[in-house]
Amino acid sequence: MKFLKIIAWVALIALIVIQFFPVDKNESYTTLETDFMMVNKVPLDIENQLKVSCYDCHSNNTAYPWYSKIQPAGWFLENHIKEGKAELNFNEWSNYSDRRKKSKLRSIIKQVESGEMPMNSYTLMHQRAILDSLATEKVLHYMSKIILEN
Amino acid sequence: MKTVKRTIGTMALAATMILTVSCKDGNKEEAAAPMSNEMHQESMDDKDDMAMSDNQDVKAEAILKDYFNLKDALVDDDNGKAKELGNTLAQSLKAFDASDYSDNEKSELNDIIEDATEHAEHISESDIAHQREHFKVLSKDITDMVAITGTATKLYEQYCPMYDGGTAWLSKEENVLNPYYGSSMLRCGKVQREIN
Repeated sequence: MKFLKIIAWVALIALIVIQFFPVDKNESYTTLETDFMMVNKVPLDIENQLKVSCYDCHSNNTAYPWYSKIQPAGWFLENHIKEGKAELNFNEWSNYSDRRKKSKLRSIIKQVESGEMPMNSYTLMHQRAILDSLATEKVLHYMSKIILEN
Repeated sequence: MKTVKRTIGTMALAATMILTVSCKDGNKEEAAAPMSNEMHQESMDDKDDMAMSDNQDVKAEAILKDYFNLKDALVDDDNGKAKELGNTLAQSLKAFDASDYSDNEKSELNDIIEDATEHAEHISESDIAHQREHFKVLSKDITDMVAITGTATKLYEQYCPMYDGGTAWLSKEENVLNPYYGSSMLRCGKVQREIN
C-alpha cells in the first residue's frame, strides 16, 4: 500500500510539473496571398467547410480547444498539427509546384473519399468538422475540378 | 472502501503518467530521425565532390534501381520490404543533384524530386494499399524524370486499365507483373510504350 502511495505521489507531481512546459501555439493571424482560398476561386460553402474541417491542422492558424492548455493533451495536439502542416499547408498553397499541387489534391481526394480525413480523433471533439455525405461529395467534386485546372 | 478509492485514483494517475512518458518517447524518436537523415545525406554529398559531373546519370540510375526494387516488393505483396525500399529510394532521391541541367530542366527536375521524395517517404510508413496509391504518382514522377535524365537501360512503360481508372508504371522487363495488385491480379496490364 505504501508503495502505491509513492507511485501516486510521483504521478501527481509529474502531472503538475509537465504543466509548466506549454507548447508554442500555431497562430499567425495574417491572411497570406499564398493561401488556397486566395489562389483559387473557392465557393463560399466549400471555403467554410475546409476552414472548419481542415484548417486547424493544415494551416498556420489553429482554433485551440480548452484542453489544449492541459498537458499532455497540448503536446499531443502540437504533434498532430506539426505533422498535418508538414503534409499539407493550405496557407502555403501557391508555393507548391504544379506537380505538388496535383499530388496534394489527389491525396486530399483519396483521404476524404476513404474517410481517413478529417481524423476520427479530431472529429470526436469537433463535431462540426465531420463531413457528411453531401459535404464530402461537394468537397470531392470541387477538388477534382481544381486538379484539371492545375 | 477508502482503499478501493485510493487504488482507483492511483491507477488513474499512473495511467496518465504512462501516457505522458510514451508521448514524450514518440517526440524523441521523431526528433532523432531527421538528424540521422541529414548525416546520411552529408556523407553522400561528400562522395559527389570527389567525382563531380560524371556521376549525374549514375544518380538517376541509382534512383531507377531503387524504384524497380520497390516495384518488385509491391509485386510480391511485401509491405515490410516495400517500407524499407521506400526509405532507400527517398535517400537516393535526396542525393540527386540537378545542377548540371539547363534552368528549365533543373526546375522541372527539382519539382519532380521533391514530389517523388514525399511519396517515397510515405511508402516507407504506410500499409500496402497506401503504398500502391503513392506508387502510382511516384511512377509518374520517375517517368518524367527519365524523360529528362535519360537512362542506359531499356524500359517498358506498362499500363493497367483497372487500377484507379487506369495506371502506368515502369519495368525493366517486357513481361507484365502488376505492382498495384500483386498476386491477386498479377498479369493485369500491357506494355504501352518502350523507352530507349
